Amino acid sequence: MTTKDVSTQETAKDTDFAIDGHGDISVGVHGAGASGDGSASATRITPGNALRPEDIALEIQRGQVKPTEDVAEFALRIGDDGLILAQRLGHWISRSPELEEDIALGNIALDQLGHARSFLTYAGAAWGKSEDDLAYFRREHEFRSAHLFEQPNGDFAVTIARQFIVSFYQFELYTKLMESTDATIAAISAKAVKEVDYHRDHSAQWVLRLAGGTDESRARIIQGFKLVWPYVEELFEDDELTTRLAAAGVTVQPSSLRAEFDRLTGDIMAEAELEIPGVPQSLGGGRRGKHSEFLGYILAEMQVLAREHPGASW
Amino acid sequence: MASQNLQSVPAELSPEEQEREAAGQAYFDRIISEDSRIEPRDWMPAAYRKTLLRQISQHAHSEIIGMQPEANWITRAPSLKRKSILMAKVQDEAGHGLYLYSAAETLGQSRDQMMEDLIAGKARYSSIFNYPTISWADMGAIGWLVDGAAICNQVPLCRASYGPYGRAMVRICKEESFHQRQGFEILLELSNGTPAQKQMAQDAVNRWYAPSLMMFGPPDDDSPNSKQSMAWNIKRFSNDELRSRFVGMMVEQVRVLGLTLPDKDIRFNEETKKWEHGPLDWNEFKEVLAGRGPCNSQRVERRREAHENGAWVREAAVAYARKQAQKESAA
Repeated sequence: MTTKDVSTQETAKDTDFAIDGHGDISVGVHGAGASGDGSASATRITPGNALRPEDIALEIQRGQVKPTEDVAEFALRIGDDGLILAQRLGHWISRSPELEEDIALGNIALDQLGHARSFLTYAGAAWGKSEDDLAYFRREHEFRSAHLFEQPNGDFAVTIARQFIVSFYQFELYTKLMESTDATIAAISAKAVKEVDYHRDHSAQWVLRLAGGTDESRARIIQGFKLVWPYVEELFEDDELTTRLAAAGVTVQPSSLRAEFDRLTGDIMAEAELEIPGVPQSLGGGRRGKHSEFLGYILAEMQVLAREHPGASW
Repeated sequence: MASQNLQSVPAELSPEEQEREAAGQAYFDRIISEDSRIEPRDWMPAAYRKTLLRQISQHAHSEIIGMQPEANWITRAPSLKRKSILMAKVQDEAGHGLYLYSAAETLGQSRDQMMEDLIAGKARYSSIFNYPTISWADMGAIGWLVDGAAICNQVPLCRASYGPYGRAMVRICKEESFHQRQGFEILLELSNGTPAQKQMAQDAVNRWYAPSLMMFGPPDDDSPNSKQSMAWNIKRFSNDELRSRFVGMMVEQVRVLGLTLPDKDIRFNEETKKWEHGPLDWNEFKEVLAGRGPCNSQRVERRREAHENGAWVREAAVAYARKQAQKESAA
């Protein structure tokens, strides 16, 4: 994997390629990419061209793809991030400040869930498990999501602050993963990055509005960032797994994403006249299965019905 | 907007105004007789405007309140695929609410006002959403029966004489038919699943059957507004006619599901060529409509809470836009 600095313009070019084995995953518009071009709408990808978790499951079934143990563990991490965040965001639907936000937050939740389903389906292939086996029949310590994703929604400002960090982080990650030596990881990421680009735009627009709106909204977004900023560091921590995978070109070291994350989030924060909160960074541990108190409740709710009917199909 | 005044035309119009009114009425009558479309800037009778505004806003409110019983299962959906479909469906409903509020706004009332009326309990929405969703199978039954009934009601509305309403309904009906199919599929999967799953499906159908039949509104002899709505080409078929068609469809489909409808009186009347069903509890219907359903206060309270908790966000967006505009004009 190259470590070149992928600017937005370069990304636009890179996301237009098709990846063998998954059909044409480009949006079918030349020059449209992850740069926020209106014609690149992820929702306009026809079902025939979109990479779906079912396609990956089919490839697994046919024996065309199988992740190594390391790759599966890595896919589990980012899959769990998306799954837990989707579970959090799903709660907003019918509770948002505006109908437009019911739709927007619902869309982001759906995108995150879509990415999670693909990554979990792929991860599961290493252990003969389905996406649902992994989502519904693992316990807290078996989840690999980072702490940021399980943080409570709080008010709208907390949700936006969390989403802002998540989408700028995920954009950097997926942009690099498009060049992964693992074709499936690259393909899922190429689809995900276009969607996450919209999430960046959505959260950045709201950060600006809340910070530059009323005294109340400004106080709330400042407080929102204070609550979620302790969980930033964990996203960029390297460990033995990422070191091995970076050497193999499957991913890059998370720490290498930090500079660009800081630069881009810093630009928006500066425009919003917000300070990066000087809060201590939490120890994290999500990647090793060490979670906060929140995850247990999230899983209890998410898994209750599936566990009442083990072996059932829905 | 031209007319906020929903009263009938006052008598003390000047001769010119009277002439304009008469010309407007003649135009309106011609459009209706040609089965063509009235558009927002056209002259229309005050009562036509009022009827449409009430119907479209009630429909919009139903979409918005209708999000709640289904949102209730998003976090507990038993597979990731189902979770994803359910989220998309509830999101569609928010979209339907938006088109419909926009259609209603063309008649001269703001979305804010409609939202306030809903929260204040002044506006109605489909009574069926005042029933609770107590099992996963309710997601299937709502899709199959409730959305199914909604489609029977709404397909003819695509030809409603008021242009913005008819056009909104075209898009809504397309999405609703997906919703119905996904509901059917949930029930089919459950019916072919474990005995507990099949029982769950049957129980849900038992609970949602009668309320879905009552979605078509009171029997024709007790539906005072229907006749005028039909004369205006808003409504195309009577409540009982639509209900009978719906029963006929469900009778066929329930066999494929391997489930039963909780109505031993369903029969096809060879003389009238119509499907008939057993007696419905119209007393319960009126009770729920009057606010005494299981979830009436919960549903409106959730909407109020979301709206009020979100006030500071909406205010922030407005304040930001104002500041940006000031900056631009100063620059």
